[in-house]
Amino acid sequence: MSGTYLGMPAFPRAAATATRDTRLRANLTHATRTIRDKRAKAVAELDDWAELRAAGAAVKDRTLRHLDHYLEQLEAAVTAAGGQVHWALDADEANRIVTRLVRETGETEVVKVKSMATQEIGLNEALARAGIRAYETDLAELIVQLGHDRPSHILVPAIHRNRAEIRDIFRREMASWGRPAPEGLTDSPAELAEAARLHLREKFLSAKVGISGANFMVAETGTLVVVESEGNGRMCLTLPETLISVVGIEKVVPEWQDLEIFLQLLPRSSTAERMNPYTSTWTGTTDGDGPQTFHLVLLDNGRTDTLADTVGRQALRCIRCSACLNVCPVYERAGGHAYGSPYPGPIGAILTPQLRGLAGPLEESLPYASSLCGACYEVCPVAIDIPEVLVHLRERVVQGGPVTLGGTRTVLQPAKGHAAERAAMRAAGWAFDHPGALRTGMRLAARTRRLHPRRLPGPGRVWSRTRDLPEVPAESFRDWWQRTRGTSSGRGTWAEPGTSSEPGTSSEQRGDAK
Amino acid sequence: MRVALFVTCINDMLHPRTGQAVVALLERLGVEVGFPTEQSCCGQPQFNTGYRHAAEPLMRRFDRAFQDYEYVVTPSASCAAMVRDNYPRIGAKAAAERRGRGLVDAAAVAVPKMYELTEFLVDVLKVEDVGASFPHTVTYHPTCHGLRVLGLGDRPRRLLEHVEGLELRELPGAEECCGFGGTFAVKNPAVSAAMGADKVRHILSTGAEVVCAVDNSCLLHIGGTLSRRGAPVRPVHIAEILASTEGSVR
Ligand code: SF4
Repeated sequence: MSGTYLGMPAFPRAAATATRDTRLRANLTHATRTIRDKRAKAVAELDDWAELRAAGAAVKDRTLRHLDHYLEQLEAAVTAAGGQVHWALDADEANRIVTRLVRETGETEVVKVKSMATQEIGLNEALARAGIRAYETDLAELIVQLGHDRPSHILVPAIHRNRAEIRDIFRREMASWGRPAPEGLTDSPAELAEAARLHLREKFLSAKVGISGANFMVAETGTLVVVESEGNGRMCLTLPETLISVVGIEKVVPEWQDLEIFLQLLPRSSTAERMNPYTSTWTGTTDGDGPQTFHLVLLDNGRTDTLADTVGRQALRCIRCSACLNVCPVYERAGGHAYGSPYPGPIGAILTPQLRGLAGPLEESLPYASSLCGACYEVCPVAIDIPEVLVHLRERVVQGGPVTLGGTRTVLQPAKGHAAERAAMRAAGWAFDHPGALRTGMRLAARTRRLHPRRLPGPGRVWSRTRDLPEVPAESFRDWWQRTRGTSSGRGTWAEPGTSSEPGTSSEQRGDAK
Repeated sequence: MRVALFVTCINDMLHPRTGQAVVALLERLGVEVGFPTEQSCCGQPQFNTGYRHAAEPLMRRFDRAFQDYEYVVTPSASCAAMVRDNYPRIGAKAAAERRGRGLVDAAAVAVPKMYELTEFLVDVLKVEDVGASFPHTVTYHPTCHGLRVLGLGDRPRRLLEHVEGLELRELPGAEECCGFGGTFAVKNPAVSAAMGADKVRHILSTGAEVVCAVDNSCLLHIGGTLSRRGAPVRPVHIAEILASTEGSVR
């Protein structure tokens, strides 16, 4: 499996493969349930959670509405503090900027803090093409990198791996990247952590260039913030001589004080911790302390297009806590890889098609990768109504409509390949709006009900492969009402459930016995 | 009090007994029930699959059908959720597109009269003991739209707990989606089936004879999965349990 996401199959196909992988499902179910229960407890401890959540959403919304203003304020503050700001319109431009900045240092190795933005643009691969090796230092990212794998969770990228698999990866791969795994490494968590620590420590101490993302950027002071659990990020942020931070433009918040909201919302939602173990902040450069050169690469890559959509823009509030992944029944079965981007789960299903446009089969299929159960909306700490955005994007897929692509307003044409569905929806819509015709159809169905198969042919086959179809009853409700009440309100008869001899087959409900 | 039954298209065609149960139950509680025959589908399948425009005429039809009624009661949490949550959205979007005249008003009229059955019983009629008797072991599956969009809370449970002879069994993982999701079941069949299989496993673990819910569409999916496995558990809509007087000694 390569590190990039080009040419991924549409969601249903990838997900179907994943559901057959019993080990993957067991790993995912175990991990998501554990963290889900812990999160619920951590959130329940705060009696002002609802207010915090509303405040988080409000700050993000206000910032997004005046994004240009806050970004300019941020640029001025970063520059005044001794940093340099670069603007990147898309992934290619961001990769070119970072590659050039690393080349200018003369280095061919960099250490990295776990960052979604750099995954989004495929930075590691771009650097590799330029002969620069990027070392991931987050434990889970390291496992993914050593395993020639792709992350499958925002917070726990190696969630799909169990301990035995991790031990095998360490033994097999560590040597070719640096310090080899210790002799006789077992799969005990302490030994695995120690092996990673020794391996990584060498990298921290030798690296001259660090690359990071940021969880937040404070406009008024030009401060960047990374929150993490392991401390590896802090090493990368403080030890190198040059620090390059690649951050999506939506990560800006107006004031330092806004952090009081997000530093409560984020750890409880993501790791179920009251406070994250490490919070690092950096503002430009300081003589004799930390990196002496600081670059901030501000990444657009589809974000202003997303901002132009008044329903879809709420996806830009996301603080990447991954709570929505952990409660999502679809993510739990399909795994992260099926979503074809570094953003899996419910947030990926709305963010990826917006950032990339509804361009390909994968992007078109993602808005349908949900049963609309609403669990994601319920847990989201910034109240992103993910089901609302999913349905909105479905509408763009099948019905078309106005979108902004590359900064230009255009009208999206309905996607091809939905012709049969569109016709069926039209027909159903027509029938439902013509009850007379509908009734005729229903009566016909009732009269021929003994001929109905319990498994369907054609496109309906997928339904009846694992489920039995119900039988059409002899009489619709409408007809029963007419027969027993007519237009007046005479009392009708009603048979008790379970009064028939055989469970579930009372004659009125299930039709005559076969 | 003028109360109309909104039976919904699925119940009309596939589960007429559920509609009949609602009528029997409400009449037993002294409510006069009307059934405006002009009613049809709420438009949820169209809207949720992305065909928002196709839902608009159905919304108008809903408005027309129920204009004379103060309350509209439905035995489908997801259809109630469609009206309450999405009608205003459809109205607003149509207005923003400078079309769909009157849809904003239609939504404003529809939303406050729309009640899911258990909500209507507990909040409007203020009853928890509806005089039902159902001597069976039952487990309750709280459907997603009932749970999270309508916020039914423990209303259905409170009603079930007052049913004579009924033994309620706790359902593990109760709040997890059963995997139906309308067209989701067709568009992502593998994931839908995996979710359904887990739900059924939990239901079987309770040992209950009956699984009940506030939505027949979820029960259709669960029941179809149970039936394919040859499991003897019966899916029964909560309205049918609340209307039941089976073996009553009162
Ligand atoms: S969408 Fe919400 S719940 Fe999901 S990762 Fe983003 S902030 Fe967290």
